[in-house]
Amino acid sequence: MEICRKGETLEMRELDPFLAELLRQIPEAVQTKDSPAVEERLFSPPAVPEEDEICAEWKLYVEPELRRLFQTATETVREDLAQLLCTAKPFANCSLSIPLAHADAWLSGLNQARLAITASNGFTQDELSDQYRSPLGSRRDLSLFQVNFYGFLQEMILREIDPPN
Amino acid sequence: MSRLGHEEGCVRATFMIAATLQTPELEQAEATAEDLGLPWNVVVHNDPVNLMSYVTMVFQRVFGYPREKAEKHMLEVHQLGRSIVWSGMRERGELYVQQLHQYLLLATVERTA
Repeated sequence: MEICRKGETLEMRELDPFLAELLRQIPEAVQTKDSPAVEERLFSPPAVPEEDEICAEWKLYVEPELRRLFQTATETVREDLAQLLCTAKPFANCSLSIPLAHADAWLSGLNQARLAITASNGFTQDELSDQYRSPLGSRRDLSLFQVNFYGFLQEMILREIDPPN
Repeated sequence: MSRLGHEEGCVRATFMIAATLQTPELEQAEATAEDLGLPWNVVVHNDPVNLMSYVTMVFQRVFGYPREKAEKHMLEVHQLGRSIVWSGMRERGELYVQQLHQYLLLATVERTA
């Protein structure tokens, strides 16, 4: 896989089918339904429970707005990912162009996915730091690889929109 | 001499006032942190998932901090588990927490101790 900036887009070339499939799974990964752990992480409380007034107002006014923002970001990612659906051969490498104007949506979508996968699998800090685990061992290992791969993409996008000095 | 006389006058005057005043009834009220104008803290908590570079960028964007200050707070979160990233009025603090949640950081608004 190769990532480079071309004008106002970020291009991922030579995406192999496995990585392309992981990218396609981003919108699905952020679904919170049926997982209280994911729901709890994506919509964490704004204060300790004793601050009941703040927490109640938050539930009423802020949380729906956060849901809308997260969903909008995911939709943008989903639309960009449509490029991956039109490959001529099923197992051919493909490319993906992300407009830099969509960078924030991608950062949000990737972050939502990473947090959701981590919460639903209950990954520990040690597991998350284990960068060398093979994705082939189990479904859990694959999920961990997915979290790290999405993190790598986040780093790449951040470098383009906010280069280090 | 005159100093001593002044002191005596003070004592006398105080005595006279005390003799004419009734003991006031004091009302006791418990002042909240808000009544006293104490600031609220915006606290960011550690999260093993969010990238260090991402958290730094968020602090720069939300608070307008220069990179060095943003990195200092990011490292505090990473190493100590939490960092007070801003202090001030409650409403403003809540707004900052809302912005931090938009970036999916674990953030809370807390009363100062």
